[in-house]
Amino acid sequence: MLLHERNYTRSELLTVMTARMLEDGKTIFVGVGLPMLAAALAQRLHAPSITIIFEGGVIAPEIKPGMLPLSTNEVRAARKAVMLPSIDDVFFYQQRGYIDYGILGAAQIDKYGNINTSVIGDYEKPRVRLPGSGGANDIASTCSRVIVSTFHEKRRFVERVDFITSPGYLSGGNTRREAGLIFGGPYKVVTDLAIMGFDEESKAMKVEAVYRGVRIEEVLDNMGFKPIIPDEVREVEPPTDEELKILRSIDPDRVMLR
Amino acid sequence: MRWNVDVRAFRYWAERRDKSPTPKLMSLDEAVKKFLRNGAVVALGGCLYSRTPMAAVHEIIRQGFRELTIVRNLAGFETDLLLVSGCLKRLVTSWCSPGYAWGMSRILRHYVENALAEFEEWSHLGIGLRLKAAAMGVPFLPTFSMLGSSIMEKLGIAEMTCPYSGEKLALVPALYPDVAIIHASRADTYGNIQIDGYTHMDKDMAQAARHVIATVEEVVDSDEIRRSAERTVIPFFCVDAVVEQPFGAYPSECWGRYEADFSHIASYQKRVDEKGIEGAKSYVSENIMGVSSFMEFLSKVGIEQLLDRVRAFRNVVT
Repeated sequence: MLLHERNYTRSELLTVMTARMLEDGKTIFVGVGLPMLAAALAQRLHAPSITIIFEGGVIAPEIKPGMLPLSTNEVRAARKAVMLPSIDDVFFYQQRGYIDYGILGAAQIDKYGNINTSVIGDYEKPRVRLPGSGGANDIASTCSRVIVSTFHEKRRFVERVDFITSPGYLSGGNTRREAGLIFGGPYKVVTDLAIMGFDEESKAMKVEAVYRGVRIEEVLDNMGFKPIIPDEVREVEPPTDEELKILRSIDPDRVMLR
Repeated sequence: MRWNVDVRAFRYWAERRDKSPTPKLMSLDEAVKKFLRNGAVVALGGCLYSRTPMAAVHEIIRQGFRELTIVRNLAGFETDLLLVSGCLKRLVTSWCSPGYAWGMSRILRHYVENALAEFEEWSHLGIGLRLKAAAMGVPFLPTFSMLGSSIMEKLGIAEMTCPYSGEKLALVPALYPDVAIIHASRADTYGNIQIDGYTHMDKDMAQAARHVIATVEEVVDSDEIRRSAERTVIPFFCVDAVVEQPFGAYPSECWGRYEADFSHIASYQKRVDEKGIEGAKSYVSENIMGVSSFMEFLSKVGIEQLLDRVRAFRNVVT
């Protein structure tokens, strides 16, 4: 990527593209970092009526620019919230069907949208121990639509994840439903190069759009497996000046836009 | 059976408890000595750096308990301290990190990757349901979470087909801690506990555990509790010890009182970045082993720093 020719960073690009996915009037389960920025940005643009829900037990907080929470369960995360339910209750709302979108990151993601944030290598004696599921497994299991928002890198997009922390479509086809996961599933994968979805039948990852100036080869070169490439791949407009201006005003100290 | 869900035995314990409203005020030193054992399953309240019972964590380290299983829904920097002090054998959690700014704990990585400690990973709701099942006195609770995942497979969680709907469900086994330690806003001497702000999983944890130690920002008169009973989340008959410990969650936050002190955690992280485990150990020896009480630790932190965190809380809410 020729970033020096652009007036935005990779994290800004990823955040803007994630924000564009969010529909107005919906409830969004977000974690700290770029997902939270994406939701806050969407609220200030096309989706003023989305409701942010934090895992720590927060409904409808108002994110104050420059005073971003670093966890989903601290005082800052609860600013002007309408309710502070227990953690269990937040997940019960989701299992019940009240949460429309969840945004997840991924240390590893495979072609069926399974995500690993637990271990690289062997589970008992891992090469790299990662922080773990947190609420990610619960979001992947019971949220209506999961958006995976992650950088497009070969080490992340792997043929098969070492550990399924958060289930996508498992082995593809009908296997997610057969495992008992009767709703939800990965909806889109948003990266700093492209937007991907999943094939209706096989449930394999499929490139739906690339950002203007990105070649499809570039997308493939940065993946450890080959996604489906349909005949027509849409081109997406880069972040606008307005989107970037608002995003930067939300995180002026660049705490999360690192 | 890997999971101890002997509901009859745990119920027997609850039945035999002294449920009279007796005063339970004691020192932290005394409470930890009385209710902890080597090898105990200890649940810590709060979540990440919200209402971490840090004073009690210091006391556990000072008293040198070994082979503990620590249960916490999202575990934070206290895990590092327990690991380098040789107290922690198994962490039962859904996630562990000192926090967003610092990524994965280098200390935890060392212990787990070298099989010196176990990391038993559940989903976040998985931890919640384990405690809730125990709090309800039932051996398991069903959920759709964790189905099809490696978490379910590695833990060996059972599944069943629902006899009513025909749906497949994961059955999360109850977890009855030996001791639950929570840090709360206030309590009376009998142990009626009130929590302002986030309740996290503290209510279920206290209801599930065999013994409960509550450190509180302030002990108040029972009349004050009775005037605001809607804020009481844990009743006196579940509680064994009440310890008054202002700033008892520091450097975690306590709702209504003070914001977390990230500069303190950052200074700890700096030691780890520079010297790894030795850095973490130097923090423990200076701030925990090198002092006689949590009050002495707070004195080292200094009144100005503590009041700065009190002001920070007010800035956030206004």
